[in-house]
Amino acid sequence: MTLVYPIEPHHAAHPKYLSPDYKSSIKRAPQKPLVIIRQTMSELTGPVYGHEAVRVGDNDLTTQHAAEPLGERIIVHGRVLDEDGRGVPHALLEVWQANACGRYIHVRDQHPAPLDPNFTGAGRTQTDADGRYKFVTIKPGAYPWGNHPNAWRSAHIHFSVFGHAFVSRLVTQMYFPGDPLFAFDPIFNAVPDEQARFRMVSSFDLEATQPEWALAYRFDIVLRGRDATPMETQA
Amino acid sequence: MSGKIVTGLTPSQTVGPFFAYGLVSNGTYAWPDAFSHDLVTPDASGERIRVVGNVYDGDGAAIPDAMLEIWQADSQGRFNDPRDTRGGSNTSFKGFGRTGTSAQGGYGFETIKPGGVPGLDGKLQAPHILMAVFARGLLLHLYTRIYFDGEAANDTDAVLAQVPPDRRATLIARRDADGAYRFDIHLQGDNETVFFDV
Repeated sequence: MTLVYPIEPHHAAHPKYLSPDYKSSIKRAPQKPLVIIRQTMSELTGPVYGHEAVRVGDNDLTTQHAAEPLGERIIVHGRVLDEDGRGVPHALLEVWQANACGRYIHVRDQHPAPLDPNFTGAGRTQTDADGRYKFVTIKPGAYPWGNHPNAWRSAHIHFSVFGHAFVSRLVTQMYFPGDPLFAFDPIFNAVPDEQARFRMVSSFDLEATQPEWALAYRFDIVLRGRDATPMETQA
Repeated sequence: MSGKIVTGLTPSQTVGPFFAYGLVSNGTYAWPDAFSHDLVTPDASGERIRVVGNVYDGDGAAIPDAMLEIWQADSQGRFNDPRDTRGGSNTSFKGFGRTGTSAQGGYGFETIKPGGVPGLDGKLQAPHILMAVFARGLLLHLYTRIYFDGEAANDTDAVLAQVPPDRRATLIARRDADGAYRFDIHLQGDNETVFFDV
């Protein structure tokens, strides 16, 4: 038995491992060529989750503590899609982000901006049968980092996504439209193709806004893979 | 507006340095982990093993902010995924694990030794575990495979055969003094681990 699964060039969309403007890549990017292999059943299967991975309310980052966090409440929603534009059902999404002041609760973030006792900045959800997901959170702030003099990261939300298969795995960052820091952000600009780069930028979504309560941003995510069911053939 | 049509893959970005509290909190932060370094379930058959190692950068320095994910078949060579159409796993062994590296760059998984799974030629591949490596500085995660020292099937494995012979050893986990399988990951250098473009 073999699994037949179309292999598409995927590197065009992604950053190069060595992106020297992003200093941390210099000692961590592999230097030898990757070994190209065809996908076997090992690569074309992937973890399936029960409901135990996601609790009710895990997609609302504003209700995890005694009071509401400070900052601009926003809705972030969209679809997880395969390369044919079909929704990926029951995909697990995990997000983490800085608070409204641009500060992470991580112990290694020590820059002088306040923590918010009512904001952890972590969330989790699964897509529905059509691949749709929704988070409620606080718009994260920009923050300084040590990459180069006066370096600041564009405001972003980290996304971790599981698709059909282990090779569909994606970790990315969602940005906000019109951020003036885009031109100065070597992580954002590590994606060489401009069209691909701007697929990481969410769109302001007035229709999904909840009046008197929260603005909305839409972020659709396209994962590798064309069909939920690879075809089985006899070898 | 909401009518935007998205085509083309979403690009990858690094996990950055601050993912631990959201992905591998391990009790340090007020957020429960979805996944564990311990894959063993009470009903899982097969040989219990530990896979341990360190992750190193191009200076040989240990990387304390890497995240490792593994995906594997059960001891019968079945994946707990309906896309494995041979009938799938008959236990609750899920076959997926995740951990972050320690301050010293170390990691460890508790799991069971996987059985062989079919390759593209229909023959069984040598037992192996898939691993994805994420870290600050890695703009796209890396895929590698953990094979096991002493397996006769390593000599005929179609994937290992595609790896230059002088680099194959980087993919073979070897028993250490404690009986664990040691699999170190070198992102660069003479012993750079083989990573796959799949």
